[in-house]
Amino acid sequence: MAAVLRIPTVLRPAMGGESVIAVEGSTVGEVLLKLTTTYPAIKGQLLNEDGTLHRFLNVYVNDDDVRYLGGVEASITNNDEITLLPAVAGGVW
Amino acid sequence: MPRYESVLDLIGNTPVVDVSALSPKPNVAILAKLEGHNPAGSVKDRVALSLIEAAEEDGRLKPGVPGQTLIEPSSGNTGIALAMVCRLRGYHLKVVLPTNVSPERRQLLLAFGAEIIDSPGSEGSNGAVRLAQSLSEANPSWVFLYQYANPANPLIHYKTTGPEILADVPEITHFVAGLGTSGTLMGVGRFLKEHRPEVQIWAVEPPSGEMVDGLRSLDDGYVPPIFTDNDGEHLLDRKVIVRPRESIEWTRRLTDVGLFVGLSSGAAMAGAVKCAATIDDAESATIVTIIADDGWKYLSTGAWSDDLDDVVERAKTTIYF
Repeated sequence: MAAVLRIPTVLRPAMGGESVIAVEGSTVGEVLLKLTTTYPAIKGQLLNEDGTLHRFLNVYVNDDDVRYLGGVEASITNNDEITLLPAVAGGVW
Repeated sequence: MPRYESVLDLIGNTPVVDVSALSPKPNVAILAKLEGHNPAGSVKDRVALSLIEAAEEDGRLKPGVPGQTLIEPSSGNTGIALAMVCRLRGYHLKVVLPTNVSPERRQLLLAFGAEIIDSPGSEGSNGAVRLAQSLSEANPSWVFLYQYANPANPLIHYKTTGPEILADVPEITHFVAGLGTSGTLMGVGRFLKEHRPEVQIWAVEPPSGEMVDGLRSLDDGYVPPIFTDNDGEHLLDRKVIVRPRESIEWTRRLTDVGLFVGLSSGAAMAGAVKCAATIDDAESATIVTIIADDGWKYLSTGAWSDDLDDVVERAKTTIYF
């Protein structure tokens, strides 16, 4: 499945400086694992050693937090938009 | 009308109003609980009084003893509510406030006699929390109530907001609210799940993390201890992101039903509408959402009068939640 991935500012230096890239995968976990292979500098920033999501990483598929859609098992369909955001306190937009 | 001994007695028992005219589906009712009716103007009045009363009960604060100082990080509403309660109780309050909050919030803090300690706006609430923590460690005589970790925060919602909602809207099927400290969602959510396990609890979040410049890595992130302590990941059924444009659009749409509310309430309403859109046409549902405060503190943002694109752009550097 081909999807679009939005990269937060904090991860861009380690991911070629891009803010949006095209990704492929059938689940969130698959997409994130591929990213850590392509960009070794972010290893440990996306997934824990047991394959679960990093505590301070929020992953949204089309605005839905994947922790409530099955976590790394959440499925990706064609043209989905995946957004990575760091977890922070309170509300700055 | 009843007569009250103290302004503090006016906290809670806020009204609920039907805003289903804005629902995208005729089979889904949306009801808004108007927390702006609290005396200092927001849902945080409940929390502020609860935090202070808990500190008085455990002896960290001593009513009537002069010279007691509190410190708290806040992007506004908790600070304002604490300032009001502290003014009545005679405590001195220092609020660690990011520099990029709307000026009305700053004015209200000063009106109630609070002292403002600036934290870098680019670091958002994360920066305010960190600065308050370090100042508290350096000044152990100051009382740090720490709304993000204090169980008195979700507890007051468990004891008051949740029961009020169930009493006023017994047919509730979904509860939608902004995440923030997570106190409202954890307290109301736990109460509703205990009494109506079938009720779905939805959290709404702005895309905060994108705009915090101070983050060096994801390890600088933050999850409120209240969220972890209450097993928020299992309590919530769903969490959706609401972007600045949607929040402002829905803040404006709410005026169609006569509600002039703060921008986080526009975000909550946007979340309620997203929730409504997931309901099957053959089912009926009743969504309750929280209107955290009124719009007065945000007039300077031009949210209702300026060009939408300009407001959205400004929203990226201003704390509205």
